[in-house]
Amino acid sequence: MIYCVGHSIISPLGEGSQANYEAVQAGRTGLKIHTNRFEDVEPFCASLFDTPQSFVPLCIRSIEDAIGQWTMDNGQWIKDTIFILSTTKGDQLDLLTPAQEIACHFGNPNPPIVVSNACTSGVCAQITAMRLLEAGLYKHAVVVGCDIQTKFIVSGFQAFKALSPEPCKPFDPDRKGLNLGEAAATIIYSVQNSECRGQNFWTLEAGSIHNDANHISAPSRTGEGSYRCLMDVMKGFQPEDIALVGVHGTATPYNDAMETIALERAGLQDRPRSVLKPHFGHTMGAAGVVETIICALSVPQNSTFIKMLSGFGGVNAAIRLRVGQWTKDN
Amino acid sequence: MDKGQLKVEGEIEIQPTSVVLNGQPIATSETGDKMLVELYRRYVGDYPKFFKMDTLSRLGFIAAEILLKNTEHRTQTATLTEHGTQNTDMAVILANSKASIKNDTDYMATISNGNYYPSPALFVYTLPNIVTGEIAIRHQIQGETSFYILENQEQLEPIIRSTLNVKRSTILAGWCECTEPNRFYAKLQIIWNN
Repeated sequence: MIYCVGHSIISPLGEGSQANYEAVQAGRTGLKIHTNRFEDVEPFCASLFDTPQSFVPLCIRSIEDAIGQWTMDNGQWIKDTIFILSTTKGDQLDLLTPAQEIACHFGNPNPPIVVSNACTSGVCAQITAMRLLEAGLYKHAVVVGCDIQTKFIVSGFQAFKALSPEPCKPFDPDRKGLNLGEAAATIIYSVQNSECRGQNFWTLEAGSIHNDANHISAPSRTGEGSYRCLMDVMKGFQPEDIALVGVHGTATPYNDAMETIALERAGLQDRPRSVLKPHFGHTMGAAGVVETIICALSVPQNSTFIKMLSGFGGVNAAIRLRVGQWTKDN
Repeated sequence: MDKGQLKVEGEIEIQPTSVVLNGQPIATSETGDKMLVELYRRYVGDYPKFFKMDTLSRLGFIAAEILLKNTEHRTQTATLTEHGTQNTDMAVILANSKASIKNDTDYMATISNGNYYPSPALFVYTLPNIVTGEIAIRHQIQGETSFYILENQEQLEPIIRSTLNVKRSTILAGWCECTEPNRFYAKLQIIWNN
Protein backbone atom coordinates (compact mmCIF):
# COMPACT_ATOMS: atom_id res chain seq x y z
CA MET A 1 0.00 0.00 0.00
CA ILE A 2 1.33 3.47 -0.91
CA TYR A 3 0.11 6.96 -0.06
CA CYS A 4 -0.77 9.81 -2.39
CA VAL A 5 0.79 12.96 -0.95
CA GLY A 6 0.22 15.33 -3.86
CA HIS A 7 -1.61 15.50 -7.17
CA SER A 8 -2.27 17.81 -10.10
CA ILE A 9 -4.21 17.97 -13.34
CA ILE A 10 -3.51 20.52 -16.06
CA SER A 11 -5.97 20.28 -18.94
CA PRO A 12 -7.95 22.57 -21.24
CA LEU A 13 -10.52 22.62 -18.41
CA GLY A 14 -8.17 24.25 -15.94
CA GLU A 15 -4.98 24.41 -13.91
CA GLY A 16 -4.85 22.15 -10.88
CA SER A 17 -6.89 19.16 -9.71
CA GLN A 18 -9.52 21.24 -7.90
CA ALA A 19 -10.18 23.48 -10.91
CA ASN A 20 -10.59 20.42 -13.12
CA TYR A 21 -12.85 18.69 -10.61
CA GLU A 22 -15.07 21.78 -10.37
CA ALA A 23 -15.20 22.03 -14.16
CA VAL A 24 -16.40 18.41 -14.36
CA GLN A 25 -18.95 19.04 -11.61
CA ALA A 26 -20.23 22.05 -13.54
CA GLY A 27 -20.61 19.87 -16.63
CA ARG A 28 -18.00 21.71 -18.65
CA THR A 29 -16.16 20.08 -21.53
CA GLY A 30 -12.94 20.77 -23.38
CA LEU A 31 -14.33 19.10 -26.50
CA LYS A 32 -14.85 21.15 -29.63
CA ILE A 33 -14.46 20.80 -33.39
CA HIS A 34 -11.02 21.67 -34.75
CA THR A 35 -10.88 22.40 -38.47
CA ASN A 36 -7.40 23.70 -39.26
CA ARG A 37 -5.24 22.41 -36.44
CA PHE A 38 -3.10 20.07 -38.58
CA GLU A 39 -2.42 20.23 -42.32
CA ASP A 40 -4.28 17.60 -44.41
CA VAL A 41 -6.20 16.29 -41.39
CA GLU A 42 -10.00 16.35 -41.66
CA PRO A 43 -11.93 18.29 -38.99
CA PHE A 44 -12.06 16.42 -35.68
CA CYS A 45 -13.60 16.88 -32.23
CA ALA A 46 -11.07 16.93 -29.39
CA SER A 47 -10.14 18.59 -26.10
CA LEU A 48 -7.00 20.59 -26.93
CA PHE A 49 -5.19 23.46 -25.22
CA ASP A 50 -6.00 26.76 -26.97
CA THR A 51 -2.27 27.52 -27.06
CA PRO A 52 -0.28 24.49 -28.22
CA GLN A 53 1.81 23.19 -25.32
CA SER A 54 5.31 21.77 -25.22
CA PHE A 55 5.52 18.34 -23.65
CA VAL A 56 8.30 18.76 -21.08
CA PRO A 57 7.30 22.21 -19.71
CA LEU A 58 3.70 21.00 -19.38
CA CYS A 59 4.81 17.96 -17.36
CA ILE A 60 7.06 20.11 -15.18
CA ARG A 61 4.20 22.55 -14.49
CA SER A 62 1.98 19.70 -13.34
CA ILE A 63 4.70 18.13 -11.16
CA GLU A 64 5.48 21.48 -9.52
CA ASP A 65 1.79 21.95 -8.76
CA ALA A 66 1.67 18.50 -7.10
CA ILE A 67 4.90 19.04 -5.15
CA GLY A 68 3.42 22.29 -3.81
CA GLN A 69 0.90 20.26 -1.77
CA TRP A 70 3.56 18.17 -0.14
CA THR A 71 5.36 19.22 3.01
CA MET A 72 8.72 17.58 3.44
CA ASP A 73 11.11 17.92 6.37
CA ASN A 74 14.03 18.67 4.12
CA GLY A 75 15.18 18.68 0.52
CA GLN A 76 16.59 15.17 0.72
CA TRP A 77 13.45 13.59 -0.71
CA ILE A 78 14.63 13.91 -4.28
CA LYS A 79 17.38 11.28 -4.03
CA ASP A 80 14.89 8.68 -2.76
CA THR A 81 12.44 9.42 -5.56
CA ILE A 82 11.78 7.65 -8.86
CA PHE A 83 10.19 9.57 -11.74
CA ILE A 84 7.74 7.48 -13.79
CA LEU A 85 6.40 8.95 -17.03
CA SER A 86 3.24 7.53 -18.56
CA THR A 87 2.92 8.39 -22.24
CA THR A 88 2.17 6.81 -25.60
CA LYS A 89 3.88 9.21 -28.01
CA GLY A 90 5.94 11.42 -25.69
CA ASP A 91 7.56 14.52 -27.16
CA GLN A 92 7.39 14.15 -30.96
CA LEU A 93 7.68 10.33 -30.73
CA ASP A 94 10.61 10.48 -28.28
CA LEU A 95 9.66 8.95 -24.93
CA LEU A 96 12.95 8.56 -23.04
CA THR A 97 14.55 12.00 -23.55
CA PRO A 98 11.61 13.98 -22.10
CA ALA A 99 11.56 11.69 -19.05
CA GLN A 100 15.28 12.34 -18.55
CA GLU A 101 14.79 16.09 -18.98
CA ILE A 102 11.97 16.12 -16.42
CA ALA A 103 13.97 14.13 -13.83
CA CYS A 104 17.00 16.34 -14.50
CA HIS A 105 14.94 19.52 -14.02
CA PHE A 106 14.13 18.41 -10.46
CA GLY A 107 17.72 17.34 -9.76
CA ASN A 108 16.69 13.70 -9.58
CA PRO A 109 19.70 11.35 -9.75
CA ASN A 110 17.79 8.15 -10.62
CA PRO A 111 17.25 7.02 -14.23
CA PRO A 112 13.53 7.59 -14.95
CA ILE A 113 11.10 4.89 -16.07
CA VAL A 114 8.67 5.36 -18.96
CA VAL A 115 5.58 3.16 -19.01
CA SER A 116 4.26 2.75 -22.55
CA ASN A 117 1.43 0.27 -22.30
CA ALA A 118 -0.97 2.00 -24.70
CA CYS A 119 -4.12 3.49 -23.13
CA THR A 120 -3.57 1.62 -19.85
CA SER A 121 -0.24 3.38 -19.19
CA GLY A 122 -1.54 5.80 -16.53
CA VAL A 123 -2.83 2.97 -14.35
CA CYS A 124 0.15 0.69 -15.11
CA ALA A 125 2.53 3.49 -14.06
CA GLN A 126 0.79 3.67 -10.66
CA ILE A 127 1.12 -0.12 -10.31
CA THR A 128 4.84 0.14 -11.15
CA ALA A 129 5.21 2.86 -8.49
CA MET A 130 3.52 0.63 -5.91
CA ARG A 131 5.80 -2.31 -6.68
CA LEU A 132 9.02 -0.27 -6.55
CA LEU A 133 8.04 1.45 -3.29
CA GLU A 134 6.80 -1.76 -1.66
CA ALA A 135 10.06 -3.48 -2.63
CA GLY A 136 11.91 -0.77 -0.71
CA LEU A 137 13.78 0.53 -3.76
CA TYR A 138 12.53 4.11 -3.40
CA LYS A 139 10.56 6.11 -0.83
CA HIS A 140 8.63 8.30 -3.26
CA ALA A 141 7.43 8.08 -6.84
CA VAL A 142 6.40 10.98 -9.05
CA VAL A 143 3.97 9.52 -11.58
CA VAL A 144 3.30 11.95 -14.42
CA GLY A 145 1.01 11.14 -17.35
CA CYS A 146 1.00 13.29 -20.47
CA ASP A 147 0.20 13.23 -24.17
CA ILE A 148 0.03 16.09 -26.66
CA GLN A 149 -2.08 15.64 -29.79
CA THR A 150 -0.26 15.69 -33.11
CA LYS A 151 -0.96 15.11 -36.78
CA PHE A 152 0.53 11.64 -36.23
CA ILE A 153 -2.02 10.60 -33.61
CA VAL A 154 -5.13 12.26 -35.03
CA SER A 155 -4.51 10.96 -38.57
CA GLY A 156 -3.97 7.45 -37.23
CA PHE A 157 -7.18 7.37 -35.21
CA GLN A 158 -9.05 8.85 -38.19
CA ALA A 159 -7.60 6.19 -40.50
CA PHE A 160 -8.68 3.64 -37.92
CA LYS A 161 -12.22 5.10 -38.02
CA ALA A 162 -12.18 5.30 -34.23
CA LEU A 163 -13.05 9.01 -33.88
CA SER A 164 -16.50 10.40 -33.26
CA PRO A 165 -17.24 13.50 -35.37
CA GLU A 166 -19.16 14.96 -32.41
CA PRO A 167 -18.71 14.95 -28.60
CA CYS A 168 -18.49 11.31 -27.54
CA LYS A 169 -21.36 9.45 -25.86
CA PRO A 170 -19.95 6.61 -23.75
CA PHE A 171 -22.28 3.66 -23.15
CA ASP A 172 -24.92 5.23 -25.43
CA PRO A 173 -26.48 2.90 -28.04
CA ASP A 174 -25.66 5.58 -30.66
CA ARG A 175 -22.05 6.08 -29.63
CA LYS A 176 -19.88 6.84 -32.64
CA GLY A 177 -16.36 6.58 -31.30
CA LEU A 178 -13.88 8.46 -29.17
CA ASN A 179 -12.52 12.01 -28.96
CA LEU A 180 -8.87 12.66 -28.31
CA GLY A 181 -7.64 14.99 -25.58
CA GLU A 182 -4.59 16.66 -24.09
CA ALA A 183 -3.57 16.85 -20.44
CA ALA A 184 -0.72 16.44 -18.01
CA ALA A 185 -1.45 14.96 -14.61
CA THR A 186 0.74 14.01 -11.66
CA ILE A 187 0.34 11.85 -8.58
CA ILE A 188 3.11 11.71 -5.99
CA TYR A 189 3.10 8.44 -4.06
CA SER A 190 5.05 7.84 -0.90
CA VAL A 191 5.76 5.00 1.53
CA GLN A 192 4.49 5.70 5.03
CA ASN A 193 7.51 6.95 6.91
CA SER A 194 8.52 9.62 9.35
CA GLU A 195 9.96 11.85 6.64
CA CYS A 196 6.57 12.18 5.03
CA ARG A 197 4.27 14.77 6.52
CA GLY A 198 1.23 16.67 5.52
CA GLN A 199 -1.93 15.55 3.88
CA ASN A 200 -2.61 12.09 2.54
CA PHE A 201 -5.24 12.10 -0.13
CA TRP A 202 -5.71 8.39 -0.80
CA THR A 203 -3.96 5.05 -0.66
CA LEU A 204 -3.27 2.76 -3.61
CA GLU A 205 -3.96 -0.71 -2.30
CA ALA A 206 -4.01 -3.18 -5.21
CA GLY A 207 -3.33 -3.32 -8.92
CA SER A 208 -3.59 -5.85 -11.72
CA ILE A 209 -2.71 -6.06 -15.42
CA HIS A 210 -4.03 -8.78 -17.78
CA ASN A 211 -3.93 -9.36 -21.51
CA ASP A 212 -6.99 -10.59 -23.43
CA ALA A 213 -4.74 -12.73 -25.68
CA ASN A 214 -7.38 -12.10 -28.33
CA HIS A 215 -6.64 -9.22 -30.75
CA ILE A 216 -4.07 -6.41 -30.95
CA SER A 217 -6.56 -3.66 -31.79
CA ALA A 218 -9.95 -4.89 -30.52
CA PRO A 219 -10.99 -5.91 -27.01
CA SER A 220 -12.08 -9.41 -26.08
CA ARG A 221 -15.82 -10.01 -26.64
CA THR A 222 -16.00 -11.61 -23.19
CA GLY A 223 -14.00 -8.88 -21.45
CA GLU A 224 -11.58 -11.56 -20.29
CA GLY A 225 -8.54 -9.46 -19.40
CA SER A 226 -10.61 -6.67 -17.88
CA TYR A 227 -12.65 -9.18 -15.84
CA ARG A 228 -9.49 -10.82 -14.51
CA CYS A 229 -8.14 -7.41 -13.44
CA LEU A 230 -11.38 -6.60 -11.62
CA MET A 231 -11.41 -9.97 -9.84
CA ASP A 232 -7.80 -9.46 -8.73
CA VAL A 233 -8.40 -6.02 -7.22
CA MET A 234 -11.74 -7.14 -5.69
CA LYS A 235 -10.08 -9.92 -3.64
CA GLY A 236 -11.49 -9.66 -0.11
CA PHE A 237 -14.10 -7.11 -1.22
CA GLN A 238 -17.79 -7.34 -2.11
CA PRO A 239 -19.32 -5.26 -4.92
CA GLU A 240 -21.21 -3.16 -2.34
CA ASP A 241 -17.84 -2.17 -0.81
CA ILE A 242 -16.95 -0.31 -4.01
CA ALA A 243 -18.22 3.29 -3.93
CA LEU A 244 -17.30 4.06 -7.55
CA VAL A 245 -15.89 2.39 -10.64
CA GLY A 246 -13.92 4.72 -12.89
CA VAL A 247 -14.40 2.98 -16.23
CA HIS A 248 -12.47 3.59 -19.45
CA GLY A 249 -15.66 4.48 -21.39
CA THR A 250 -14.04 5.64 -24.62
CA ALA A 251 -17.39 5.54 -26.49
CA THR A 252 -16.09 3.21 -29.18
CA PRO A 253 -18.69 0.50 -29.83
CA TYR A 254 -16.38 -2.37 -28.84
CA ASN A 255 -14.75 -0.88 -25.73
CA ASP A 256 -17.96 0.05 -23.97
CA ALA A 257 -19.62 -3.28 -24.83
CA MET A 258 -16.58 -5.14 -23.51
CA GLU A 259 -16.49 -3.13 -20.27
CA THR A 260 -20.19 -3.70 -19.70
CA ILE A 261 -19.61 -7.46 -19.91
CA ALA A 262 -16.53 -7.36 -17.67
CA LEU A 263 -18.39 -5.28 -15.03
CA GLU A 264 -21.35 -7.69 -15.12
CA ARG A 265 -19.11 -10.73 -14.78
CA ALA A 266 -17.42 -9.10 -11.76
CA GLY A 267 -20.79 -8.22 -10.16
CA LEU A 268 -20.11 -4.47 -10.48
CA GLN A 269 -22.83 -3.61 -13.01
CA ASP A 270 -24.93 -1.74 -10.44
CA ARG A 271 -22.14 0.27 -8.83
CA PRO A 272 -21.88 4.03 -9.56
CA ARG A 273 -19.74 4.64 -12.61
CA SER A 274 -17.43 7.54 -13.44
CA VAL A 275 -17.18 8.25 -17.17
CA LEU A 276 -14.92 11.22 -17.88
CA LYS A 277 -14.15 11.14 -21.62
CA PRO A 278 -17.02 13.58 -22.43
CA HIS A 279 -15.12 16.20 -20.38
CA PHE A 280 -11.44 15.54 -21.14
CA GLY A 281 -11.54 13.40 -24.27
CA HIS A 282 -9.20 10.43 -24.33
CA THR A 283 -5.96 11.87 -22.99
CA MET A 284 -4.05 8.62 -23.69
CA GLY A 285 -0.99 8.40 -21.42
CA ALA A 286 -2.55 10.96 -19.06
CA ALA A 287 -5.99 9.29 -18.89
CA GLY A 288 -5.25 6.88 -16.03
CA VAL A 289 -3.74 9.65 -13.90
CA VAL A 290 -6.37 12.32 -14.66
CA GLU A 291 -9.26 9.94 -14.09
CA THR A 292 -7.83 8.45 -10.87
CA ILE A 293 -7.59 11.97 -9.40
CA ILE A 294 -11.12 13.01 -10.42
CA CYS A 295 -12.56 9.74 -9.05
CA ALA A 296 -10.71 10.25 -5.75
CA LEU A 297 -12.11 13.78 -5.41
CA SER A 298 -15.60 12.51 -6.24
CA VAL A 299 -16.07 9.90 -3.51
CA PRO A 300 -16.68 10.49 0.21
CA GLN A 301 -13.95 10.01 2.82
CA ASN A 302 -13.23 6.40 3.82
CA SER A 303 -14.57 4.89 0.65
CA THR A 304 -12.99 2.48 -1.80
CA PHE A 305 -13.01 2.91 -5.57
CA ILE A 306 -11.64 1.17 -8.65
CA LYS A 307 -10.07 2.72 -11.75
CA MET A 308 -9.91 0.52 -14.86
CA LEU A 309 -8.52 0.96 -18.39
CA SER A 310 -8.06 -1.09 -21.56
CA GLY A 311 -5.99 -0.51 -24.65
CA PHE A 312 -4.33 -1.55 -27.88
CA GLY A 313 -2.20 -4.64 -27.61
CA GLY A 314 -5.09 -6.34 -25.75
CA VAL A 315 -3.92 -5.00 -22.40
CA ASN A 316 -6.21 -4.20 -19.46
CA ALA A 317 -5.42 -2.75 -16.03
CA ALA A 318 -7.24 -1.95 -12.80
CA ILE A 319 -6.33 -0.49 -9.42
CA ARG A 320 -8.15 -0.31 -6.09
CA LEU A 321 -7.77 2.84 -3.99
CA ARG A 322 -9.13 4.14 -0.72
CA VAL A 323 -9.79 7.76 0.06
CA GLY A 324 -9.10 8.83 3.61
CA GLN A 325 -7.10 11.20 5.75
CA TRP A 326 -3.88 9.89 7.13
CA THR A 327 -1.38 11.83 9.20
CA LYS A 328 1.93 11.10 10.85
CA ASP A 329 0.09 10.44 14.12
CA ASN A 330 -1.97 7.44 13.04
CA MET B 1 12.62 -8.29 -1.56
CA ASP B 2 14.77 -11.28 -2.51
CA LYS B 3 18.15 -9.94 -3.59
CA GLY B 4 19.52 -13.28 -4.82
CA GLN B 5 20.10 -14.33 -8.38
CA LEU B 6 17.06 -14.30 -10.62
CA LYS B 7 16.21 -17.85 -11.63
CA VAL B 8 16.69 -17.79 -15.38
CA GLU B 9 15.38 -20.92 -17.07
CA GLY B 10 16.18 -19.99 -20.65
CA GLU B 11 17.62 -17.17 -22.70
CA ILE B 12 17.68 -16.15 -26.34
CA GLU B 13 19.64 -13.36 -27.97
CA ILE B 14 18.86 -12.22 -31.50
CA GLN B 15 20.97 -9.74 -33.46
CA PRO B 16 20.77 -9.01 -37.21
CA THR B 17 23.54 -11.52 -37.89
CA SER B 18 23.25 -14.05 -35.06
CA VAL B 19 20.87 -16.07 -32.93
CA VAL B 20 22.00 -17.67 -29.67
CA LEU B 21 19.65 -19.93 -27.71
CA ASN B 22 20.73 -20.94 -24.20
CA GLY B 23 24.36 -20.32 -25.11
CA GLN B 24 24.21 -22.30 -28.37
CA PRO B 25 24.33 -20.48 -31.73
CA ILE B 26 21.56 -21.24 -34.23
CA ALA B 27 22.79 -21.28 -37.83
CA THR B 28 21.01 -18.97 -40.28
CA SER B 29 21.73 -18.15 -43.92
CA GLU B 30 20.00 -14.76 -44.04
CA THR B 31 20.55 -11.58 -42.00
CA GLY B 32 18.35 -8.76 -40.69
CA ASP B 33 14.63 -8.79 -41.38
CA LYS B 34 15.11 -11.65 -43.89
CA MET B 35 16.64 -13.73 -41.11
CA LEU B 36 13.49 -13.24 -39.01
CA VAL B 37 11.43 -14.55 -41.96
CA GLU B 38 13.83 -17.49 -42.30
CA LEU B 39 13.38 -18.29 -38.60
CA TYR B 40 9.61 -17.97 -38.98
CA ARG B 41 9.62 -20.53 -41.82
CA ARG B 42 11.78 -22.92 -39.79
CA TYR B 43 10.06 -22.66 -36.40
CA VAL B 44 6.47 -21.56 -37.15
CA GLY B 45 5.35 -21.64 -40.80
CA ASP B 46 1.58 -21.65 -40.23
CA TYR B 47 0.87 -18.20 -38.76
CA PRO B 48 0.41 -15.79 -41.70
CA LYS B 49 -0.32 -12.89 -39.32
CA PHE B 50 3.47 -12.80 -38.91
CA PHE B 51 3.74 -11.03 -42.27
CA LYS B 52 1.43 -8.21 -41.14
CA MET B 53 3.69 -7.44 -38.18
CA ASP B 54 6.30 -4.68 -38.06
CA THR B 55 9.91 -5.66 -37.46
CA LEU B 56 9.73 -5.03 -33.70
CA SER B 57 6.80 -7.42 -33.36
CA ARG B 58 8.43 -9.99 -35.67
CA LEU B 59 11.56 -9.85 -33.55
CA GLY B 60 9.77 -10.33 -30.23
CA PHE B 61 7.42 -12.93 -31.71
CA ILE B 62 10.26 -15.07 -33.09
CA ALA B 63 12.38 -14.71 -29.95
CA ALA B 64 9.45 -15.77 -27.74
CA GLU B 65 8.54 -18.64 -30.06
CA ILE B 66 12.00 -20.21 -30.14
CA LEU B 67 12.61 -19.62 -26.43
CA LEU B 68 9.27 -21.00 -25.19
CA LYS B 69 9.40 -24.02 -27.51
CA ASN B 70 12.91 -24.98 -26.53
CA THR B 71 12.99 -24.34 -22.82
CA GLU B 72 11.49 -26.57 -20.18
CA HIS B 73 9.80 -23.96 -18.09
CA ARG B 74 7.42 -24.35 -15.24
CA THR B 75 4.29 -22.33 -14.78
CA GLN B 76 1.34 -22.87 -12.49
CA THR B 77 -1.01 -23.41 -15.38
CA ALA B 78 1.09 -24.24 -18.42
CA THR B 79 -0.50 -26.86 -20.62
CA LEU B 80 0.79 -28.14 -23.92
CA THR B 81 -1.16 -27.09 -26.97
CA GLU B 82 -0.53 -27.56 -30.66
CA HIS B 83 1.33 -24.25 -30.73
CA GLY B 84 3.50 -24.97 -27.72
CA THR B 85 2.25 -23.98 -24.33
CA GLN B 86 -0.77 -22.26 -22.91
CA ASN B 87 0.45 -19.94 -20.22
CA THR B 88 -2.58 -18.40 -18.61
CA ASP B 89 -0.76 -16.69 -15.78
CA MET B 90 2.60 -16.01 -17.36
CA ALA B 91 3.71 -12.35 -17.57
CA VAL B 92 5.41 -10.71 -20.55
CA ILE B 93 7.50 -7.69 -19.54
CA LEU B 94 9.61 -6.14 -22.29
CA ALA B 95 11.60 -2.94 -22.60
CA ASN B 96 13.73 -0.88 -24.94
CA SER B 97 14.93 2.71 -25.22
CA LYS B 98 13.45 3.67 -28.60
CA ALA B 99 9.78 2.63 -28.27
CA SER B 100 8.30 1.91 -31.73
CA ILE B 101 10.55 4.35 -33.60
CA LYS B 102 11.13 2.23 -36.72
CA ASN B 103 7.43 1.75 -37.37
CA ASP B 104 6.67 5.34 -36.32
CA THR B 105 9.01 6.49 -39.10
CA ASP B 106 7.25 4.22 -41.61
CA TYR B 107 3.86 5.60 -40.58
CA MET B 108 5.16 9.20 -40.79
CA ALA B 109 5.92 8.61 -44.46
CA THR B 110 2.19 7.97 -45.09
CA ILE B 111 1.10 11.34 -43.65
CA SER B 112 3.69 13.68 -45.12
CA ASN B 113 2.37 16.93 -46.57
CA GLY B 114 1.31 16.51 -50.16
CA ASN B 115 1.35 12.73 -49.85
CA TYR B 116 -1.30 12.18 -47.21
CA TYR B 117 -2.69 8.66 -47.08
CA PRO B 118 -2.50 7.39 -43.48
CA SER B 119 -2.28 3.63 -43.18
CA PRO B 120 -4.34 2.05 -40.37
CA ALA B 121 -2.34 -1.18 -40.75
CA LEU B 122 0.88 0.70 -39.96
CA PHE B 123 -0.70 2.88 -37.28
CA VAL B 124 -1.60 -0.16 -35.14
CA TYR B 125 2.08 -0.95 -34.72
CA THR B 126 3.06 2.56 -33.59
CA LEU B 127 2.93 1.44 -29.95
CA PRO B 128 5.80 -0.56 -28.46
CA ASN B 129 3.53 -2.77 -26.36
CA ILE B 130 1.89 -4.30 -29.46
CA VAL B 131 4.69 -6.89 -29.53
CA THR B 132 3.66 -8.07 -26.04
CA GLY B 133 0.10 -8.44 -27.37
CA GLU B 134 1.29 -10.48 -30.37
CA ILE B 135 3.21 -12.82 -28.03
CA ALA B 136 0.20 -13.07 -25.69
CA ILE B 137 -2.14 -14.00 -28.55
CA ARG B 138 0.23 -16.60 -29.97
CA HIS B 139 0.84 -18.33 -26.63
CA GLN B 140 -2.55 -17.61 -25.04
CA ILE B 141 -0.92 -15.64 -22.23
CA GLN B 142 -3.61 -13.90 -20.19
CA GLY B 143 -1.30 -12.71 -17.45
CA GLU B 144 0.32 -9.31 -17.30
CA THR B 145 1.83 -7.68 -20.38
CA SER B 146 3.90 -4.54 -19.85
CA PHE B 147 6.30 -2.42 -21.89
CA TYR B 148 8.85 0.00 -20.41
CA ILE B 149 11.12 2.55 -22.08
CA LEU B 150 14.44 2.58 -20.20
CA GLU B 151 17.98 3.87 -20.59
CA ASN B 152 19.53 0.39 -20.59
CA GLN B 153 18.94 -3.31 -19.92
CA GLU B 154 20.25 -3.12 -16.34
CA GLN B 155 17.36 -0.82 -15.45
CA LEU B 156 14.87 -3.61 -16.18
CA GLU B 157 16.16 -5.88 -13.40
CA PRO B 158 14.77 -3.94 -10.41
CA ILE B 159 11.44 -3.69 -12.22
CA ILE B 160 11.36 -7.47 -12.71
CA ARG B 161 12.44 -8.08 -9.09
CA SER B 162 9.77 -5.76 -7.69
CA THR B 163 7.20 -7.52 -9.89
CA LEU B 164 8.29 -10.97 -8.67
CA ASN B 165 8.05 -9.58 -5.14
CA VAL B 166 4.26 -9.40 -5.44
CA LYS B 167 3.43 -11.90 -8.20
CA ARG B 168 3.87 -15.63 -8.26
CA SER B 169 4.32 -16.18 -11.95
CA THR B 170 6.81 -17.00 -14.63
CA ILE B 171 7.95 -13.92 -16.54
CA LEU B 172 9.06 -13.75 -20.14
CA ALA B 173 11.24 -10.68 -19.78
CA GLY B 174 13.85 -8.77 -21.66
CA TRP B 175 14.98 -6.22 -24.20
CA CYS B 176 13.34 -5.92 -27.61
CA GLU B 177 14.41 -2.99 -29.79
CA CYS B 178 14.31 -2.17 -33.48
CA THR B 179 15.52 1.16 -34.90
CA GLU B 180 15.71 0.25 -38.61
CA PRO B 181 14.59 -2.80 -40.63
CA ASN B 182 18.01 -4.38 -40.26
CA ARG B 183 19.02 -2.89 -36.93
CA PHE B 184 17.54 -4.69 -33.97
CA TYR B 185 18.39 -6.46 -30.74
CA ALA B 186 16.44 -8.87 -28.57
CA LYS B 187 17.47 -10.63 -25.41
CA LEU B 188 14.61 -12.48 -23.76
CA GLN B 189 14.71 -14.68 -20.67
CA ILE B 190 12.26 -16.97 -18.95
CA ILE B 191 12.42 -16.04 -15.29
CA TRP B 192 10.90 -18.29 -12.69
CA ASN B 193 9.74 -17.24 -9.27
CA ASN B 194 9.63 -20.12 -6.79
